[in-house]
Amino acid sequence: MSELSRTPLFEIHRRLGARLVPFAGWEMPIQYSSILDEHAAVRERAGLFDVSHMGQIFFEGPDAVAAVDRLVSCDVASLGVGRARYGLLLNDAGGCVDDVIATRLGERELFLCVNASNIDKDRDWILHHATGDVRIEDRSPTTALLALQGPASARILTRFAGTELALPKRFGAARMSIAGLELIVSATGYTGSPGFELACASTDAERLFEGLLAAGAPEGILPVGLGARDTLRLEAGMALYGHELDDTTTPFEAGLERYVKDLARDFVGVEALRRIAGETPRRRLVGFELVERGIARADYEIVHEGSIVGRVTSGAPSPTLGKSIGLGYVPPALSAVGQALGIRIRGKDVAAQVVALPFLKPGR
Amino acid sequence: MSDEQIPSELRYTKDDEWVRVEGDEVVVGVTDFAQSQLGDIVFVELPAVGATTEAGAPFGTIESVKAVSDLFAPISGEILAVNEALTDKPELVNESCYGTGWLIRLRPSDRGQLAALLDAEAYRKSTESRAS
Repeated sequence: MSELSRTPLFEIHRRLGARLVPFAGWEMPIQYSSILDEHAAVRERAGLFDVSHMGQIFFEGPDAVAAVDRLVSCDVASLGVGRARYGLLLNDAGGCVDDVIATRLGERELFLCVNASNIDKDRDWILHHATGDVRIEDRSPTTALLALQGPASARILTRFAGTELALPKRFGAARMSIAGLELIVSATGYTGSPGFELACASTDAERLFEGLLAAGAPEGILPVGLGARDTLRLEAGMALYGHELDDTTTPFEAGLERYVKDLARDFVGVEALRRIAGETPRRRLVGFELVERGIARADYEIVHEGSIVGRVTSGAPSPTLGKSIGLGYVPPALSAVGQALGIRIRGKDVAAQVVALPFLKPGR
Repeated sequence: MSDEQIPSELRYTKDDEWVRVEGDEVVVGVTDFAQSQLGDIVFVELPAVGATTEAGAPFGTIESVKAVSDLFAPISGEILAVNEALTDKPELVNESCYGTGWLIRLRPSDRGQLAALLDAEAYRKSTESRAS
């Protein structure tokens, strides 16, 4: 196995006593103190994540907007300056190459935030499919990304700045100079709680991370690892590439239709989507909760009347709801809310039922 | 990093279980090292009273937020009691792994197996080579 990459914050994680694990080729903190405590900090106060393993691919030039609009499933042509949108990169079969956030920073400047495990694949795919007068640069190696998430995030960022800030609203983004650091501040996240994602030069990452922890101390901020990041995103019903999504999953199967623009438009993968749009997909992603004791985990079988009908893609105890929840693919006929299913846990079928997504309603 | 408690009066397995001999019976739990490595325990599945265990074979499972782990029986025997409190409060394993977070009570079928268990010093060495 090749050597694991480390983010610019690796030494800080070690100093904070993080447990470090391999993830997508990176040595990342899975937890600092307790996954449950870190989860609660984000829902009730604030948590700070190092997500510098994620990638940032920049597009600049007169055709930047048109080029990105052709690459991603969501509508980028109508995206205003200072706005961000979730979308998919699709292959010729309509499968998901990746799920991304597209952010328009200027009239002719955008960037895509992509999954760590897909940076190389995405860059190759983008360079292969990009058209027009646009300069494309993968700045992942020199960019750090921190996520400040939780209801106290704006207060903490303001205290760190030492001055009132005009912070972006949900799915807004701006270049800002804060406490002498040049940041891209996006009001986005992967937790279902309000907050910001802050991109900076790798060389500024330690100052930003330590400054935010200090500014957040009176609010009870905690550094948060990938363990709680996973339970937080699962409660929010958000897909994780490699679990709910892969190159063979279509947006219709994954319940991501609303992130696909008008199929009359021209974008990579649209021909395949046009072909399958009228058909019933062979499987659909559902959220479920267990109604008996147990914990569903990725790859467990989903059963109905004794037959295997699908597979769990993600599952965990929900710390906020106090239930055992999960996501998985089942035939469309078994995907309605209220449908009784079983999850096969170590040979025993544990009762579950389909519930509406997200598990955690916004505003909780 | 080896600040975990390893009480000297107990016996241990390489699978991170502890054994306390109480007359003709033994009590079994997981060690401080194990609960610390696992993190927040959210689910414990134990066998029925009256079932038998076989030394080295799984007798139940313990689940943290992130992972499922088998529990391996330190010795063979008959299960006399299981810790029912863990059904509603699995976190007792984190809070008091040598006390209220115990797992099962056994009547050993071969007390000779007790001699094969590790003492505290040998167990400490086995954790030091694995400490993260």
